Amino acid sequence: MVQASPKSQTNYDVIVVGSGAGGGMAAYQLAVAGLKVCVLEAGRSYDPVRETPMFKLPRQAPLLGAGTKHKPFGFFDATVDGGWEVPGEPYTNAPGTDFKWWRARMLGGRTNHWGRISLRMGEYDFKPKTRDGLGADWPLSYEDLAPYYDRTEMLIGVYGGDDNLENTPGSPAGVLQPAPAPRAPELLTKKHAAPLGIPVIPAHLAIMTQRQDADVLPKKIHPNNPLAQKVLAQSMRQRAACLWATPCGWGCSVKANFQSTTVLLPPAMMTGNVDIVPDAMVRELILDASGKATGVHYIDKTTRTDRQVKARVVVLAASACESARIMLNSKSPQFPNGVANSSGLVGKYLMDTVGAGIGGQIPALENLPPHNQDGASGMHMYVPWWQYKEQLAGKLGFARGYHIEFGGGRDLPGPGIFGGLENFTDGAYGKRFKQEARRYYGSFLYFSGRGEMIPNEDSYCEIDPTVVDQWGIPVLRFHWKWSDHETKQAAHMQKTFAEMIVAMGGKVQGTVQTDGSKAIANGGEIIHEVGTCRMGTDPKTSVLNQYCQSWDVKNLFVTDGSVFVSNADKNPTLSILALAWRTCDHILAEMQRGNI
Amino acid sequence: MSDEQAPPPESMDRREALKVIAVAAATASLADGLLPSLADAQQVVGPGGKVVPKPRIAAAPVPPKTGPRGTITDPDLLNAKANWPRVLTASELLTLSALCDMIIPADEKSPSASAVGVPAYINEYVSAPYDWAERALVRLRGGLTWLDVESEKRFTKRFTALTLEQRTQICDDICYAAKAKPEFVAASRFFDQIRDLTASGFYTTDAGMKDLQYIGNVPLAKWDGPPAEVLKHLGLG
Repeated sequence: MVQASPKSQTNYDVIVVGSGAGGGMAAYQLAVAGLKVCVLEAGRSYDPVRETPMFKLPRQAPLLGAGTKHKPFGFFDATVDGGWEVPGEPYTNAPGTDFKWWRARMLGGRTNHWGRISLRMGEYDFKPKTRDGLGADWPLSYEDLAPYYDRTEMLIGVYGGDDNLENTPGSPAGVLQPAPAPRAPELLTKKHAAPLGIPVIPAHLAIMTQRQDADVLPKKIHPNNPLAQKVLAQSMRQRAACLWATPCGWGCSVKANFQSTTVLLPPAMMTGNVDIVPDAMVRELILDASGKATGVHYIDKTTRTDRQVKARVVVLAASACESARIMLNSKSPQFPNGVANSSGLVGKYLMDTVGAGIGGQIPALENLPPHNQDGASGMHMYVPWWQYKEQLAGKLGFARGYHIEFGGGRDLPGPGIFGGLENFTDGAYGKRFKQEARRYYGSFLYFSGRGEMIPNEDSYCEIDPTVVDQWGIPVLRFHWKWSDHETKQAAHMQKTFAEMIVAMGGKVQGTVQTDGSKAIANGGEIIHEVGTCRMGTDPKTSVLNQYCQSWDVKNLFVTDGSVFVSNADKNPTLSILALAWRTCDHILAEMQRGNI
Repeated sequence: MSDEQAPPPESMDRREALKVIAVAAATASLADGLLPSLADAQQVVGPGGKVVPKPRIAAAPVPPKTGPRGTITDPDLLNAKANWPRVLTASELLTLSALCDMIIPADEKSPSASAVGVPAYINEYVSAPYDWAERALVRLRGGLTWLDVESEKRFTKRFTALTLEQRTQICDDICYAAKAKPEFVAASRFFDQIRDLTASGFYTTDAGMKDLQYIGNVPLAKWDGPPAEVLKHLGLG
């Protein structure tokens, strides 16, 4: 799929920095519109069709596939040269900060590994300040993005139910694929959560429960664009439906779930309009005397040499922190604080998702008749935030909500299975251990909260002037602070999960913290960094306009999570994709108008 | 998707999808490692563009252009190997095997831990190039030595030479750290560690998965919810 270097042609219409959700979508949309696109990817080329370890078993991996610092989500996880540490690419933390910065140095970025959870932001999520006075409003509304959510869901393939709840928008009929039937633990949780007033509904995941209709969808998605229709139909025909086995996080060689490398880059390449350059680490934007972007400098990692590529338009989609880093490192007499940073807000208002969890042992799930519980690997059911009214009335003590992801049951046995079983069996060993293992297998569930963080002045990244990475590029330094809104929310999560476990007749494992600061995951650990180049209506208080276009540099756009103004509990990828599409429409319109 | 492979079938039904998986698995590493590297070159270019004999230095090989590069952060997922040296001695492995089989002995449903290679997994685990493995190794070695010393004290024999009853006497004292007498707490933690590792090693084998009646990791044509008997069992019928 990949060209070794840009062809002799050094002038493209558009440079896209990054090939993940935002970069992949930008490359695809601009290529099907007929533009010549150069995609620069800081990691290596990656081919999920050949490289995904489909159906492998834990015993076929070192350490039974357990996570290590080199492969944090397990040996078979798709991530290449990534995790919270990347070889030769350090970052630093200010005193008192322990932020963890996840990266994936590979074609498609973290879309190869992600959880596939695809929740739309709701109407409240775009106007949080209007609703409760905290944070900032987005310069667009749910209605502005809804058509892009529709088309994105049809394009990538998302399963889900037809619920349409408060601030949890459903999709129009015909957009989503059918939700998979719930598994036994999900049904049991739903039954016992209902009396607590906690709704358990079909989750939305970017996994295909059926094949896409390649005769109908491309015409719906791209009316009046024969090239787009042609390549998308071809790409859709090469995707299979889920085989109900083998974890999505390892990647999918039959392209049943969404990865940029299986869903966006292939049709983009089919247009003939895209060159992809892997191992190309962008370090700096190039600007002309008038302040327009003309291209980028990158380090070719294979030769450790500096190269440049030119284009009419530059789209940054290198991930929230990496895009901010590129802008901050692009210093000149004209832009002493970095490019597109007249507001001084590049790197500011960094957010992650609030994470806390608790597990339980559920006697009702013991000794279940054996049956296959693999399913789509990700969750079939989840709990959307349900206490909007109590929260707005100030009854909860924290301002924003969370959703609940849960799982467990008769999963593929892996390393750590039955760790801690001695506490349930008074230290069983011998034949009794085997009997207890049969009894307890499949009876453990784990509940995870994923909640909204409110942007604050103390959480940001900046350039550390004293440290460079192995490519000679100054690195990021992080500053991080949770507010009471987040820590109280984390405590509320654990308390709620314990109530759910008890309601199911289960035993809570571990300690339920009343001090949320002991329950909350570190900043960066949930891998939902967003917000370092936020959109807005005022150039003084935002980096980008509502089309993710720089206020300062008119032909510079950003299509990754950095554009987020707030970080609703909804996992960011789907919104990144929809926003990137909207940005591309604006780029095309601006080009047509002759403005860029 | 890459240009060196045959294009995927025009229409990807389930059977075709499975075929793609099989072919990909079989051809995965063919294209890698075939490129010339500086290490193979006989000459290099010196100052002024003059070609000179290659200096006698060892240069890193040029990484393959496609596929995994074989580093610890980019391993070949389809041909995985735990390629670090193992540290346990033959004598340690014998004692460890005896203890693993006290934890998971053979019964009417499945074989013992040692019969399916669990000690080899534990050796891989404590030999791994990580800080946590170094700590685990200390605990394991200390525990194995303690086990033999305790066996000698009580029965004037090494642990491996004890009868099942004698081994059970010792294991009963160390099988649960939370309720162990103070003098057995350290040994109990060792026992906990070995029990967890033994369970991990055992239940990830075919025999172990069969014992638990794990049914999965197989491609299905469609996904149905749980069978009626499961719903009935849960009172959801």
